[in-house]
Amino acid sequence: MLREFGWNEVLYLVLAARWTVLLSLTAFAGGSIFGLALALARLAPWRPVRLLAAVWIQLVQATPMLLLLLLLYFGANMVGWRIDAWMAAAIAFTLSTSAFLGEIWRGSIQTVPKGQWEAARALALSYSQLMRMIIVPQAVRIALPPTVGYMVQVVKGTSLAALIGFNELAKAGTQMNTVTFEPVSVFGCVALIYFALCFPLSMLAKHLERKLHVGSLRIQAL
Amino acid sequence: MGYTFQFETVLQDWPQFLRAAWLTVRLSALAMTFGLIVGIISALARAYGPTWARWVAATYVELIRNTPFLIQLYFVFFALPKFGLRMNPNEAALLAMIVNLGAYSTEIVRAGLEAVPAGQIEAGRSLGLTRFQIIRLIMLMPALKAVYPALTSQFILVLLGSSIVSAIAAEELTAFANTLNSRTFRSFEIYTIVAVLYIAMAFGFRAVFAGVHALVFPRRA
Repeated sequence: MLREFGWNEVLYLVLAARWTVLLSLTAFAGGSIFGLALALARLAPWRPVRLLAAVWIQLVQATPMLLLLLLLYFGANMVGWRIDAWMAAAIAFTLSTSAFLGEIWRGSIQTVPKGQWEAARALALSYSQLMRMIIVPQAVRIALPPTVGYMVQVVKGTSLAALIGFNELAKAGTQMNTVTFEPVSVFGCVALIYFALCFPLSMLAKHLERKLHVGSLRIQAL
Repeated sequence: MGYTFQFETVLQDWPQFLRAAWLTVRLSALAMTFGLIVGIISALARAYGPTWARWVAATYVELIRNTPFLIQLYFVFFALPKFGLRMNPNEAALLAMIVNLGAYSTEIVRAGLEAVPAGQIEAGRSLGLTRFQIIRLIMLMPALKAVYPALTSQFILVLLGSSIVSAIAAEELTAFANTLNSRTFRSFEIYTIVAVLYIAMAFGFRAVFAGVHALVFPRRA
């Protein structure tokens, strides 16, 4: 045993969670931007665009998250594009988050009844008015609970960045385990920190679902 | 850039690729089977059990669903030996996958159980069906049929998530890819092939699920 597992070690793990939070926020911000683009592309009036977006989403969703990470991290460096673990993780998680959020949001927009679109057109609202005043407010209501729920998946997913050497919470946990040989306390503590990050989000998602009276569209991941 | 793809060097090892993929298939199939059993038991406990059983099931579900699979895997592999439960990497991987899927399928099966109308259960009782017959025929079968799509997409996630067990050096597809990568440095080729294999396996499993659906829930004429 190189060192005891005490309060300093707990503090080290808590501080490592900063990177988990930062990576999650980055993935969520990037994923939102591209996800919105993908959702709009899936609803675009041009067939090739719709098809391309659908195939892209299918491909990203069918590839294991870990493989996206490895492909980007090792692959990019191999072809001469030098990226570090942080960049690879940020790009990979943005890719996968955007694919899932895009599908959630497309579903939410499509759930708004067709009659609403037609009524808005009949009232001679312009496209931007129609979107701003009629469709988006209703779609957001439907999309909010599953979006918050998906944030839990993003936070949990960032643990995979440990496997390409990015020093976030999971990685800090394995390091701490190596020097203390106390896997029960170390991984118990790591699990507890993840739980503290995820559980409030899960509760919020459940609460919103009940409050906004919408069916669950939640997408689960490991 | 100037990078030339060399799939030949990597594809020389195709029998090993297939062997590793086969282990992934076996691990996933076992995890799906036992994970579903755990899920059914825990869903029944959560919906109809005594208070303490409901609490245990609810805590299990929330703990697993709000922590990463990787940490669960590390806990099983590194921490359980401290309690005297020693496993090789493949066994630890399987156990972690079962525990993980069990929690998710609990929620899915429970949603199905809640959709079974109380009147049907009462009807079963008045027909003199035994308790076990009611659970099996009136509660579980319709519930499973109703949530079958959700259940199978969760199963596909188990297949994709099995790549994570490479972190403890189990010998499945991603672990093999990592070994081959450190030997040949042909990352792009290796991980592309592996990604294609995962996508192919996902399609294979989907086909099997469709077959199982036709077999277990036949349409009545």
